[in-house]
Amino acid sequence: MSTGTTKLDVVVSDVVPVNELVTRFHFRRRDGGLLPTFSGGAHVVVEMRDGDRTRLNPYSLMGSPLDTREYTISIRRDDAGRGGSLFMHRQVKPGLEMVISYPVNLFSLDLRAKKHLMLAGGIGITPFMAQTSQLAGTGGNFELHYTCRTASLGTYADVLQQRYGNRVRLYHDDREERIDLDRLLSSQPLGTHLYVCGPAGMINWVRDRAASLGWPPETVHFEHFAAPQPGAPFDVELAVSGKTIQVGEQQSLLEAMEAAGVDPPYLCRGGVCGQCETNVISYEGKFIHNDHWLSDEDHKSGCKIMPCVSRFEGKSLILER
Amino acid sequence: MGITFRKETFRDDYTFRNSPEHIRRFPFPFNEDSYMYAVNIEPHVVGPKGSVLENLIDVDEHYVSEMQDRALVLAEDPLRCQSLPHMTLAGWDLLELLMEQQALGYPEHFTLERNGDRWRWINRPLGIDDTFTFGDTSTLPYGPMEYITRQSQGDFCILDQRDGNLWMDAGMVTTQADWSLDFDIGMNFFEWHAPVPLAHEKGIFTRALKFLTNIQQGKPARRLNWTMTINPRLDTSPENYHKWGPDRATVTPDNVGQKVHLRVELQSFWRLPRSNAIVFPIRCYLIKMDELVTQPKWARRLHRVIRDLPEELATYKGLTRYRPTLVEWLSKLDDGSPTSPGFGPD
Repeated sequence: MSTGTTKLDVVVSDVVPVNELVTRFHFRRRDGGLLPTFSGGAHVVVEMRDGDRTRLNPYSLMGSPLDTREYTISIRRDDAGRGGSLFMHRQVKPGLEMVISYPVNLFSLDLRAKKHLMLAGGIGITPFMAQTSQLAGTGGNFELHYTCRTASLGTYADVLQQRYGNRVRLYHDDREERIDLDRLLSSQPLGTHLYVCGPAGMINWVRDRAASLGWPPETVHFEHFAAPQPGAPFDVELAVSGKTIQVGEQQSLLEAMEAAGVDPPYLCRGGVCGQCETNVISYEGKFIHNDHWLSDEDHKSGCKIMPCVSRFEGKSLILER
Repeated sequence: MGITFRKETFRDDYTFRNSPEHIRRFPFPFNEDSYMYAVNIEPHVVGPKGSVLENLIDVDEHYVSEMQDRALVLAEDPLRCQSLPHMTLAGWDLLELLMEQQALGYPEHFTLERNGDRWRWINRPLGIDDTFTFGDTSTLPYGPMEYITRQSQGDFCILDQRDGNLWMDAGMVTTQADWSLDFDIGMNFFEWHAPVPLAHEKGIFTRALKFLTNIQQGKPARRLNWTMTINPRLDTSPENYHKWGPDRATVTPDNVGQKVHLRVELQSFWRLPRSNAIVFPIRCYLIKMDELVTQPKWARRLHRVIRDLPEELATYKGLTRYRPTLVEWLSKLDDGSPTSPGFGPD
């Protein structure tokens, strides 16, 4: 049975430029009702109808979970990406009817924590907007360290400082401000949980330092949706459905399957949730694994692939789909 | 209109009965003439009118008496209801779910009025009319989970989700088939399932956990489980084993029809929105053999299932002692003719 999510029919109620790269989008229910309650860290998958192409991209909900009249997401424009963010920035205007998924949380707070230590990099700030709102509403103990390139690109830094004062620390790359990570991680009270969301390099650095400094793995939480990377086109044979498809340069393998009418289950579309895991029947060539779900052994075995983010180069690939 | 609530007991004089309509809506758990474990999970969607699935949270004629029995259990043993400190938010989630579902399914019996955080809850069968502030525990007579599960049929386990596992961190458990919340509290999915035979070898728990951790908001799932109980006793807990365990030695050919009960659990699984926890309601339905065999298809099929049940399962379900007597009694109602497919009566 598929474990995809229920869909929500929404209308874009507002589009607000936040700075030169980031725009915020507001959604309300078309029928005027309340949206489902969600928990801080949850995302929705936004369906983008772009001509004959459908894109499905996940974005963190950044509003307060206590307010379900509308959902808000913030999207950083990626001029070199596959076009989802450009579509949102250029085509989506107030009044447009869209479809989004029910909220899914793959970056949940551990409510046992005595303290929540949050590290954000760039647009990775968005899940923390909702998590800090949730914690502030229940008197939760948190501290947010936020790195951005420049003050003008410090999306919502002003809002956060206004709301939470010195519980928010900012670090600007252009002023050569750096988190003293080892000192920060070494000076936390017992029972602290660590959360990190940002570029891959930052996540790896924080996880690595936390591990070296003896943080138990179950206290280190990270959100890492890898956007699917473009690459050379490749052909795939889908043995179960008896189809042969081509994956385009700007397309993910999952998107190519969906375009051919084959619908593997999915939740995150970013190599994290494991839903679309697919068995490889045979191959001649090499995989380009970009996911965070399969183990290193799985990657080496050539038996599995995550079609949402991973690609293939070579002569032939046959999948059990 | 509405439900006529029966006044009955689940202890001492055991006056529990099912009305003829409730016999026909009983969730008979066997869709074929044999039984083995399977990951029999399906979407928890509304089913046919007149079935226990007509509403996603079922309220039936036993509601008031079951709630009275729960209150008796809790008065004797408050540890049947426990919630670890980080689970209060999940308790509010559950309160919202149960109030919404009960008011939606049974508007003549339950009403929920929401005005921002100010909520008014009217429960007519139990004579409750409370106004409280959602999220503020001091405005309720109990914690949110205990408050609402004293007014909802079935046991409730709230499972925290973290580290790729589920943790039994809160619950209200008074109608259980021989397991203890007080023993299992804080355990993870594999720990609390450790005693179940055969299923581990089949990899069932690994697959079930993977499924459950991916349950999505707005998409609950369900499965049926079953066992048998001597006398219509809801509280068959390990803590009270001395009260009900010896009953299993009292089954004779003359009293099978009245004493032996099929006990079916409708288990459902829901993602809770604020806490991201999973709630696992375990709703227990009882039917005595005399009631069950009023449906000839069920009588034939139950005979074949119990007769052919693997020994390990019969032992785990506690049937060993009276199985021969029961099979002999049921065999007289099985003429060997085929049974129609599906769960329902003919």
